[in-house]
Amino acid sequence: MNGETDITGADGVPDPVTADLRLSVNGVPRPVTVDTRETLLDTLREHLGLTGAKKGCDHGQCGACTVLVDGRRALSCLTLTVTADDVEIVTVEGLADGDALHPLQAAFIENDALQCGYCTPGQLCSAAGALAEAADGWPSAVTPDLSAPPRLDETEIRERMSGNLCRCGAYPGIVAAVGQVAR
Amino acid sequence: MSGTETRPDRGQSRERGHGPGVGRDLGVGHSAPRPDGTLKVTGEFAYSSDLYLADMVWGATLRGPHPSARIRSVDVGPALAMPGVLAALTCEDVPGELFYGLDRRDQPVLAADRVRYQGEPVAIVAADHPERARRAAAAIVVDYEVTEAVTDPRRAAFDPSCPAVHDGGNVVRHQPVRVGGDFTAPVVVTGEYEVGMQDQAFLGPESGLAVPAEDGGVDLFVATQWLHVDRDQIAPCLGLPPELVRLTLAGVGGAFGAREDLSMQVHACMLALRTGRPVKMVYGRQESFFGHVHRHPARMRYEHGADLDGRLRYVRAEILLDGGAYCSSTPAVVGNAASLGVGPYEVPNVWIDAYGVYTNNPPCGAMRGFGAVQACFAYESQMDRLAEACGLSPVEVRVRNAVSQGSRLATGQVIDSPAPLAGMLRELAAMPLPPEPSRTAGPVAVPPPAGPARAAAATSVPDPAGVRAPGAAATPDLLDLPGGVAQTTHGEGVRRGVGYGVGIKNICFSEGFDDHSTARVRVELLGGEPHVLVRTAAAEVGQGLVTVQEQIARTELGVERVTVAQADTTVGSAGSTSASRQSYVTGGAVRAACRAVRERLAVLRANGETLAETLERAGAVEETRVYRHRPTFPMDPVTGQGDSHAQLALCVHRAVVDVDVELGLVKVVELAAVQDVGRVLNPLALEGQIHGGSAQGLGLALMEEVQVVDGRVLNPSFTDYLIPTILDMPPMRVSVLANPDPHAPYGLRGAGEPPTLSSTPAVAAAVRAATGLRLPRVPIRPHDIAMDGSRYGNWAGDRSL
Repeated sequence: MNGETDITGADGVPDPVTADLRLSVNGVPRPVTVDTRETLLDTLREHLGLTGAKKGCDHGQCGACTVLVDGRRALSCLTLTVTADDVEIVTVEGLADGDALHPLQAAFIENDALQCGYCTPGQLCSAAGALAEAADGWPSAVTPDLSAPPRLDETEIRERMSGNLCRCGAYPGIVAAVGQVAR
Repeated sequence: MSGTETRPDRGQSRERGHGPGVGRDLGVGHSAPRPDGTLKVTGEFAYSSDLYLADMVWGATLRGPHPSARIRSVDVGPALAMPGVLAALTCEDVPGELFYGLDRRDQPVLAADRVRYQGEPVAIVAADHPERARRAAAAIVVDYEVTEAVTDPRRAAFDPSCPAVHDGGNVVRHQPVRVGGDFTAPVVVTGEYEVGMQDQAFLGPESGLAVPAEDGGVDLFVATQWLHVDRDQIAPCLGLPPELVRLTLAGVGGAFGAREDLSMQVHACMLALRTGRPVKMVYGRQESFFGHVHRHPARMRYEHGADLDGRLRYVRAEILLDGGAYCSSTPAVVGNAASLGVGPYEVPNVWIDAYGVYTNNPPCGAMRGFGAVQACFAYESQMDRLAEACGLSPVEVRVRNAVSQGSRLATGQVIDSPAPLAGMLRELAAMPLPPEPSRTAGPVAVPPPAGPARAAAATSVPDPAGVRAPGAAATPDLLDLPGGVAQTTHGEGVRRGVGYGVGIKNICFSEGFDDHSTARVRVELLGGEPHVLVRTAAAEVGQGLVTVQEQIARTELGVERVTVAQADTTVGSAGSTSASRQSYVTGGAVRAACRAVRERLAVLRANGETLAETLERAGAVEETRVYRHRPTFPMDPVTGQGDSHAQLALCVHRAVVDVDVELGLVKVVELAAVQDVGRVLNPLALEGQIHGGSAQGLGLALMEEVQVVDGRVLNPSFTDYLIPTILDMPPMRVSVLANPDPHAPYGLRGAGEPPTLSSTPAVAAAVRAATGLRLPRVPIRPHDIAMDGSRYGNWAGDRSL
């Protein structure tokens, strides 16, 4: 970090405080120097050229920016990049295995779980996170039996995917696609 | 359960669950996959907000904070003095025409002497960083003199002392409809209804990239609905001939009408031409709420007269649509509200006055359903009241008045293609109802279980005392109740209701508009194999038009490999991605161009030659065709008569809701729909359109409203403007009919909008059935149910004879 004392630039506006980070995105080391106020979403989109994660609201309301941080869902628009040092970040660009689509990606296509597709990167990362949470035994608000591993039925999928808006209303397809992979 | 039922006698079998396979028919009628699907699921699809050039700079907009004010002065000096700022422009910098607009050129590129709505653009800046651009815009000093804002549409329309928002008065259009003259009947029901201001709320905010060109022109990459009409508004404002303004469609993150008007287009081009640098502009979510038109809020008075058996004798209606500060597409919205104002019912006497007015509220224009949505909520609410007054079920009263092929609309236009509304309603009513909520042990009063006959009738007000479910005491599972895990009671106040809604929507542009599309189709050898390239200017906004274009080319030319080029203005206009018209009109153009190519190939082809051999010998074959649907005609300005529509489409919905009448919470348990689409082009994509339209109608019924007080928007965010989540959208039953329209390509009928109409009144009717409240306004808010319901009187107590 720098600028710990005088942070005022010539124009009266404070000079940005920057940080050198060792990000790891989709398995690739991505060292960056960022303004400490910058969100992970802006870093991904503007500095790393990874525009898959979308800025639908920039306020954590829509879910279009959802990425995986150490395997868990995170709203990248509400995540400061400086907090993502030394963690593994996975974006929608990193879900596929080379040319082979992730099963969720294939299921989204097969079930037409998208129209405009703007929410889709967030839906996919969110779904991947939801599958992992369930596999790790995390209950949700609608899990009936807290002592048994959660089963991702339609009710569970809806509950766990409820942070991701889809204005095209492709929800029935999303439920079907996630359910297909969860089985 | 969710699912589409298609009987073998009417459409293609359902193909969900099968990916594209070798040799599988991917032509018309099959669930061909989206060609952009893989790009969209891998994050590679380039939306307008994803565009990037190495030397680009960022644009930002300064918007006026007042609904109505004079501008005394604008000082951009402080912005220009900031580091990294390349330009700060006002109305004085507009190179050409100062105004643009879809119908009237009344909207300033940048405000000059006054602002007419909160959020009107006043100045624009370009800077080397988006934050610098935003701060520079905020540094511009504008001296406003706040003036009286006109915010009551009724006053704007009818009070001569009301200030004029524009010279020439506040009434943008008044369209009467007059049929017959007998406005007497033994049964009369009256009602006043309101529809709040709905936002399209596409998830990808307005954005684009303008690139200055060496020839003095500009290339604009933008998410829009109609490239050519954008260009024809942009070029005059830039003082450029249209050929120097070239538009290419960038990836569109949803549209729903909100991209029919210009937003950042002229601004980005002005900044690019001024700075000589590519300029990117991206609105944030809050700015987006101010950056596009909304659905017109409506105030409507209806009077329905009928015989004792429920057959309509007359309808009188006044429909008042608040167009806000600029014209946008208000005249056409008024035309739809007037011509479709009685709904798909046979009515011998009609007296409608539909008005669109200027106010200082946010500008309103196109949104899915376009003028037909507002009227549908009112006339369907009236049909339920008529059913109540006549002692009929909601289904029966609609069946008795339903149009069919050969019926005359209020405009005198005869429906000359299949319109099997009565059958659609009967099919809908016969669909099984979802089970009552699951119950576990514990005593609680619940409404009587809805047997099929009773629930199909659906008008009975539930016994307010409630009865116990048969078979013993039961406690509902809280997770099944309205509010889900947030439920604060044990469901004592939960009532189930069932409601029906019917809608009729015009497809394609109406009232004499020269509505056409252009397609260029090229067949050539690529890697030794025949390949088809389809080029149009039609905007793919997520609805799947690129898929349909490919399917048509495959079917018409028998070639499997088809590519649809990115839409741009190097080919003739395709018209707008609006009015559910692109499959019809651009689909028609692609079919016509394919058939012209086929005819050329037939001439070129030697005996026994394969297509590849012909192409090898004769070279590529390319044809361009323009397609027009049959002409439409203006509405008579006094009587409203005229064959104003090219095609009409019907959809019917049944909604089942659980309402906690004490908390005012509503859970939509199921939506069921029957829609006649003429011909199924792509079953899977069609299903998505019906789901999506139904979801947006549900949103209007229960949660979506841009709240405007004194001309100011209170809720420009997704925290406060609520759209349905995956939890709000219930499972759907969908039945698709395919009775072909002989006038349309393949017999198809536009499909995207009709479900948006009918789901709103169906949900509202279901909530009324559950609560016994009148609920004359959508969205129905919790306090409408829990707090203020009594002021509307009892639903059943409104019979007038």
